[in-house]
Amino acid sequence: MVPVTLTHYLVASGLLFTIGIVGVIIRRNALMILLAIELMLNAANLSFVAFSRYLGQYSGQIFVFFIMIVAAAEVTVGLAIIIVMARTRGTTDADALRGLKW
Amino acid sequence: MLTSLIFYSVTVLMVASALGVILARQPIYAVLMLVTTLGAMAALFVLLGAFFVAAIQVLVYAGAIMVLFLFVVMLLDLSPEAMHRTRQNLLRVIGLGLGGLFLAKLAQALHSLPGAPIDLSAAMRPGTTREIGQLLFTTYAVPFELASVLVLVGIIGAVVLAKKSLD
Repeated sequence: MVPVTLTHYLVASGLLFTIGIVGVIIRRNALMILLAIELMLNAANLSFVAFSRYLGQYSGQIFVFFIMIVAAAEVTVGLAIIIVMARTRGTTDADALRGLKW
Repeated sequence: MLTSLIFYSVTVLMVASALGVILARQPIYAVLMLVTTLGAMAALFVLLGAFFVAAIQVLVYAGAIMVLFLFVVMLLDLSPEAMHRTRQNLLRVIGLGLGGLFLAKLAQALHSLPGAPIDLSAAMRPGTTREIGQLLFTTYAVPFELASVLVLVGIIGAVVLAKKSLD
């Protein structure tokens, strides 16, 4: 069996990122779009940790830490927006957001 | 040998449940699939020797953030997506086309990379928490403090948005 190299981890990360992109495009529920965005953020995390291991430096893991903080803030505000949307429009379909004014 | 066995089984689980996230009809199943994906990714982090990041992944991501998602899914009582059949098919074709294009581009980029093996006995020692803490409070002290401002903005934004009356 081939030993696991950096390329293996990058391929896994790329697959995950692509699945996230496809998810953002094919799903119309705003909540599902947020979930797909989470997938993409985690794919970036995986390649950061793999490169951190490859280069023997810990900075990549620090960046993963910051990405998690940004993801937490993004999810909090995004879910609040979805709740407001469900309350005022009665749906969480992304197509229902048409007006520029609330 | 054992490492590659663990890597392949965990990666297959991770990619399969990621596919489940974007294909599940019920949002609650999608959220639970994402929890599986994040758990598998934490296993990959352990394989890479990043124990601190793996613990944070399980505690913060699979624990806190996914529970937040579950709360909202249960609060909203979502029904499965209803959409015109033709529009849905069109979106699927566009999504798969763009995804295939992106994968091809990624493969091209990966081919130009030297396939250097990761030496698992390299410079990194197992216990990573001390090094990460030192870096976080010396080199990356300013971004760390700025991140706390970002979290504060997130908290205030969520409270303001979720208030009953928008005035």
